[in-house]
Amino acid sequence: MPDTFALESEDIRKTFGHFTALAGVTLSVKRGEFLALFGRNGAGKTTFLKIAATLVRHSHGKLRVESIDTREEPERARRHIGFLSHNTYLYRDLNPVENLRFFSRLYGMPDSEERILSLLDRVGLRRRASDPVRAFSRGLHQRLGIARVMLHDPSVILLDEPYTGLDANAVEILNQILDQAASAGKTIILTSHDLEQGLRAATRAAIIDRGKIVFDTGAKDPAIRDAYAAYIRVGVGR
Amino acid sequence: MRSKILGILVLVLMIANLYMIFIFAPNEATMGVIQRIFYFHLPFGISSYLSAYLLGFASVMYLIKHDLKWDRLGASAGEMGILFTSMSIMSGALWAKPVWGIWWTWDARLTLQFLLGLIFLSYLMLRAYLPEREKKAALGGVFGVLAMVDVPFNYLSIRWWRTQHPQPVILGGGLDSDMWRVMIVSFCAFAVLYAYLLDRRMAIARVEEEVEYLEHAILAHD
Amino acid sequence: MSPVIAIVFKDIVIEMRSKESVSSMLMFGVLVLTIFSFAFEPSSIERSLIAPGTLWVAFSFAAILGLNRSLAMEIDNDCLQGLLLAPVDRGNLYIGKVASNFTFMIIAEVIVLPIFVIFNNLKFNLQFLEIAGIAVLGTLAIAAIGSILSTISANTRMKEVMLPVLQIPLTVPVVIASVEATSMVLSGDTKGISSWLYLLAGFSIVYLTVSYLVFEFVVEE
Repeated sequence: MPDTFALESEDIRKTFGHFTALAGVTLSVKRGEFLALFGRNGAGKTTFLKIAATLVRHSHGKLRVESIDTREEPERARRHIGFLSHNTYLYRDLNPVENLRFFSRLYGMPDSEERILSLLDRVGLRRRASDPVRAFSRGLHQRLGIARVMLHDPSVILLDEPYTGLDANAVEILNQILDQAASAGKTIILTSHDLEQGLRAATRAAIIDRGKIVFDTGAKDPAIRDAYAAYIRVGVGR
Repeated sequence: MRSKILGILVLVLMIANLYMIFIFAPNEATMGVIQRIFYFHLPFGISSYLSAYLLGFASVMYLIKHDLKWDRLGASAGEMGILFTSMSIMSGALWAKPVWGIWWTWDARLTLQFLLGLIFLSYLMLRAYLPEREKKAALGGVFGVLAMVDVPFNYLSIRWWRTQHPQPVILGGGLDSDMWRVMIVSFCAFAVLYAYLLDRRMAIARVEEEVEYLEHAILAHD
Repeated sequence: MSPVIAIVFKDIVIEMRSKESVSSMLMFGVLVLTIFSFAFEPSSIERSLIAPGTLWVAFSFAAILGLNRSLAMEIDNDCLQGLLLAPVDRGNLYIGKVASNFTFMIIAEVIVLPIFVIFNNLKFNLQFLEIAGIAVLGTLAIAAIGSILSTISANTRMKEVMLPVLQIPLTVPVVIASVEATSMVLSGDTKGISSWLYLLAGFSIVYLTVSYLVFEFVVEE
């Protein structure tokens, strides 16, 4: 039986005014793959992820998520996508339960306190369920952000540098959730600066540079480390 | 090439126009010489309305096509709009002072002109304070559409407002046939002037974008 | 629960906690009415003639405050992006914001309007209800156009300060219509008031429709 693709990008390009963020990214991610995407600041990682999440409109090319064209049916596509960025998109004046309740309504899910509470359990926030998010540290914020991403049980999970600013506990929780998601067959794309963290649970690794994929291989392939080291060296000289 | 032709046409027509206005046109019975401002004032007014339509049209086209040339047209129309609205109001005031003894009155047409001027100003200010090219075009386009939709409401509300509280009307009375001839020549001269200015402004806008692009390209290679 | 209603509920809960929008609109509205009371002789005829104008100056500027507060909430922590991630049509996001902005403005006006009646020694009778009705129509119009303009102005370098620059010229028809209709009610001569009311209603319908269609261009990159 042929593998189905969770995400297919064909020659995706994006320009912001005169700046070319993506110069033609062609990438196909199979269902269940865990792709770690590495690259310098400004290489295009965040832009690509945001385009995949339908937050940014691509200037050229086609993007399909679970075989749904994101240009033609963006709402249908969004149901399958979970996106976590540096900003957690949470309302500071609401507590975790209220935040999650709101998002589950936005996703058209039936109101379910149990679901929300069990999700908060998984990210270790059950005790703080009634505290306003305003008082949370970065780590707690990110944990709630992870809960928000998993809320509607997306089949494609996109994470933009999720480990930034996390304490050890939060890193542990994030890794647990990602492992659970991976074994449940979810497709995960993660961007990172840190090679080891990114490669930890990944099945595939790629490097993006100046808007194009320049290296793409299995995560266990030792070549990725040499490639990345070379990439960094060249970058420093530039 | 086109701009040279337009330029020469403008020169010729304007000279003819000025002759018509100041020498050929007969003196108006009641107002005297000052009435000749009319031959400028009306084309200024028409030009400002034309600019408003162009702005609205360009905004809609940009939102549909996402081609920056429509955005350049919108921006140019905005500047032309502010120019001709100001000139229309100033020429109206220069007329009103000797004729009515007042600089300003809230008559329907003047008020509408003033409001139109404010709208053009808001549009240009919005563009000025948006740092990125795409945002300038997208948000400028949206505001252009919202502003265009507003114009009929402005027209109606100010019209009705002034019929509740009548004020002296700036323009009135018929024109004799000689005056009509002058008026028509004036319209033609100003129409060509408008086309010439718009053409030049669009050309400058294109060059501005190229310069920005080059600046960016040079900085990126540092 | 429909996403639009979810947005309104969410905004109400946040407002009940932070109390920023309604209180600032309320305060500002009362202050404007107060300043006008000092600016004009209390018992003069002019006072009763300009009363509708002072009311709508208060409402217009209070609305701008409220709209800015409401948008600031979505910009904080980039929450607007969270809304854009959801499988909700961009136009519906706009409608949700209009609904919550409208709700908060009405709540503030429920307090400012009686204060206006008291300051101007009017009566709480049928006239009052008619003035309130005009206020509802005018507020809907301002909420409809203000919700999209505030989203536009938030993108600029001037941020919230840009909103009055964009909104005041465009809402002139609303102010004229509301003031004229209110004056008619106060003077007792309501011949022709329906034109003003139709204008207000038409303004709301047109802007709700147009903004619904173009809102995606404002929020997408």
